[in-house]
Amino acid sequence: MAKQTIEITVNGDRYEVAIDPWRSLAEVLREDLRLTGTKIGCNQGDCGACTVLINGRSVSSCLTLAVEAHQREVTTIEGLAKSPQELHPIQEAFVEKGAVQCGFCTGGMIMSAKQLLDKNPQPTETEIRQGLSGNLCRCTGYNKIVEAIGDAARRLAPAGEGK
Amino acid sequence: MKNPAIIGASIPRLDARQKVTGQALYTDDLTLPGMLFGAILRSPVPHARIKRIDVSKAKALAGVKDVVTGADTPQVKFGNWRLVPDSQDELPLAVDKVRFIGDEVAAVAALDKETALRACSLIEVEYEELPGYFSVEDSTQEGAALIHAESEGNVSLARKIKYGDLEAGFAQADYVREDTFRVHAVSHAYLEPCSSLAAPDEGGRVTLWTSTQVPYIVQCLLASTLGLPENHVRVIKLNTGGGFGGKMELRKWEFCAAFMAVRTGRPVKFTLRRADELASGRRRHGMPIRSKVGFSKDGLLMAKDFDVLLDGGAYNSMGPTATFLCGNFGAMLYRYPAYRYLGRHVYTNKPPAGAMRGFGAPQALFAAETQMNMAAHDLGIDPIDLRLLNAMETGDEIPEVATISSCGFKESLVKVRQMSGWDVKRQEKKPGHGIGVGCYSFISGGVFNWFNTKYNFASAEVRVFEDGTAHLLTMATDIGQGSDTVLRQILAAELGIGVDKIRLTASDTAVTPKADLGTWGSRVTLMAGNAVVQAAKKIKEMLIPVVFGHFDLNQIHDIAFENDRVFSKARPDKGFSFGECVYKALKGRRGEPLTAFGAYTPRNKGLVSPAFSFGAQVAEVEVDEQTGLIQVHKMYTAHDCGVPINKMAVEGQLEGSIHMGLGYALMEDFVMKDGRTLNTTFLDYKIATAQDMPPSQSVEIDTYEPEGPFGAKEAGEGLVSPTAPAIAEGVFHATGYRCLDLPITPPKVLQGLGRLKG
Ligand code: FES
Ligand code: FES
Repeated sequence: MAKQTIEITVNGDRYEVAIDPWRSLAEVLREDLRLTGTKIGCNQGDCGACTVLINGRSVSSCLTLAVEAHQREVTTIEGLAKSPQELHPIQEAFVEKGAVQCGFCTGGMIMSAKQLLDKNPQPTETEIRQGLSGNLCRCTGYNKIVEAIGDAARRLAPAGEGK
Repeated sequence: MKNPAIIGASIPRLDARQKVTGQALYTDDLTLPGMLFGAILRSPVPHARIKRIDVSKAKALAGVKDVVTGADTPQVKFGNWRLVPDSQDELPLAVDKVRFIGDEVAAVAALDKETALRACSLIEVEYEELPGYFSVEDSTQEGAALIHAESEGNVSLARKIKYGDLEAGFAQADYVREDTFRVHAVSHAYLEPCSSLAAPDEGGRVTLWTSTQVPYIVQCLLASTLGLPENHVRVIKLNTGGGFGGKMELRKWEFCAAFMAVRTGRPVKFTLRRADELASGRRRHGMPIRSKVGFSKDGLLMAKDFDVLLDGGAYNSMGPTATFLCGNFGAMLYRYPAYRYLGRHVYTNKPPAGAMRGFGAPQALFAAETQMNMAAHDLGIDPIDLRLLNAMETGDEIPEVATISSCGFKESLVKVRQMSGWDVKRQEKKPGHGIGVGCYSFISGGVFNWFNTKYNFASAEVRVFEDGTAHLLTMATDIGQGSDTVLRQILAAELGIGVDKIRLTASDTAVTPKADLGTWGSRVTLMAGNAVVQAAKKIKEMLIPVVFGHFDLNQIHDIAFENDRVFSKARPDKGFSFGECVYKALKGRRGEPLTAFGAYTPRNKGLVSPAFSFGAQVAEVEVDEQTGLIQVHKMYTAHDCGVPINKMAVEGQLEGSIHMGLGYALMEDFVMKDGRTLNTTFLDYKIATAQDMPPSQSVEIDTYEPEGPFGAKEAGEGLVSPTAPAIAEGVFHATGYRCLDLPITPPKVLQGLGRLKG
């Protein structure tokens, strides 16, 4: 099958890559662009480790064809922090609240959390748990992740609105 | 001595920043120039003789660089129990016979993954099928064909424990009961699929990056199976995405990667798919457990007879250790005047069971704790009272097995009773609501040298520098539990410097000191921690004379290491910064670096472990009697892990344990048909999501373990055991249905309540 050239913007950088059209976005990010922060835990859409944002919407990149990201903006875990010095508040909260153990689910969890907080800046605990229901974690039991996201919501709230 | 700023603090893991930014590297993230991709051909049949393998079509496929079968390999058997060579029953690739669906038969290395997989499908294998046995009952029946010719009736090993007068104990007992429990196999389900990358090195050497819990064991067994000197093999662990016991052996793809890297002169990487992991990966032992127990009418334990058949699957794997530990855990927690254990490890034609978080304890304790609850019910004694009556205490001895050097079990029971509101909730009994208790004890590493290591069980090297920093080198293996942080806390506390001052190099067998047996059996904090303390103490011995000499201190002074300073305790002004002190010592040594080696090997610590953790857990559940659905409303835990080094890490271990314990109790299960695993995706093999997890409240009981670093002991593994018996008792309390065979599913509940025909 002929290769197809796609243009994608990942974390603000524009790339042009020639790929087999059947390859997943997760594979192309990891193998062609060498952005390995996106993990593959199942490659079947069941675990959420590969979650990235396309034009601000979260997707399982293992189930998304790379060609679908043509001329779109992709954000991966590597692109979330403002600068190497300054973590995103969700990242900060994950570090401080102990929401990370082996770390394999972490990137995907944080991207799902980002999507959740973008849509619902002050979620309840139940809403956080719902928002994470597509992301599996085998290490933490989720409680510290849920706590971290609640904490990130407070950090992100405009002054005076945080609880 | 305790340094409160560091020991017991909730310090965020030092690797968390790398992990939240996506910078942390895991094995599959690596790509090397010229790298080939590996794939494995597995057996499609459960038990067969291999008549013929033809790899010619696979070899001819464009892009294929190497194809290997068992015939190409040195055919050296391996297994973790090097102490008993007969137990080493696996070959890197099958020769003559396959023993389970998924048994590795051949491997391919090709320019890309797709070609490697296609080449596998082109390998022709002719099998002559043999009878397959899928339960321990079937494989041990008279006349069953042998899965391994060397075994006796498919039993690969038996373990016995016996003390006290069993007959007399039962004869004197007023109440005796005998039950058979059945526990099932479950998956480790670590989120990172196994991945290994090998690269050839000069002089026929090889380097393997691999997702493992045991770099040293992999190094040794890789060397023996490849026929290389140990020192020719370098094993490096990068970040590992969980293990839970599933990554504690040499795996076939590690061998194939290294073997083919040497053959092709190119790096070779294997990364498993989730379906491979679930279909043929290691799992927890399922087992039937028969337990007979006797009590006096006041509830005192008199005797116990515990009989277990471990369903080992096709190979020994870590089964021998699990067989041993099952017997140990059958007699933990309480004072048994007489005890007899017979554990047999049985081969079946299923994927091998191995070590999995708890290592025999979740199974043994589900049976033991459920039976305790049943006895309490019959005797009319509150389950917590019955436990308090029989509970072990500090100083107790298990004959010939262990001495309990610290024990906060009774305190745990009292605490969990109070925090859960046990007495009220047990009495009031709302319809459909129940509350149950389960307890655990666990080891802090094993003392038994089954690997037959010639080195210490744990080792550390510490180097200190005149800029006030230190470098800790250790083979101890962080697979997500946080030992890289905890060991640095221990070193920081001992040297009185900040954790941020410590560089760490871990789990590289060519660089870190020999040796460490890896991460399993909750051994790392205690064993590697002790090694770090010893190395640090030697460094301090190099620095102390500098302070004495420089300040002309009276002999009676004592030297403190705190806040990046080294000084006289009585005269804090007499001292240096840590870095300056190192500088002066270095000058005095005419440039010889300050480096110290520390080690730990348990000696005179019985047969099991140098230290034991304890705890009690209460589950509050609600059962819908129409649907059989069980909801866990809250978990309460009180546990004794000695002095926690990092509170936040301990909580994380507890919460992760509840996740796994809840899955074991209610939802995780392999669906098997004729040796084939049918649920091979996370859609079908259910693990709890964030929505399934109950809130949890916990408290640590204050004890000090004399054998542990700063008083610490195990915290990560034992806690996986109490959850299932606690939930089962909660279900009984709510409905009157008593589950003896895990998992507790809605159909079983309905059948148990007579609402559904079996
Ligand atoms: S890897 Fe994409 S959902 Fe699991
Ligand atoms: S931290 Fe290991 S899977 Fe979530």
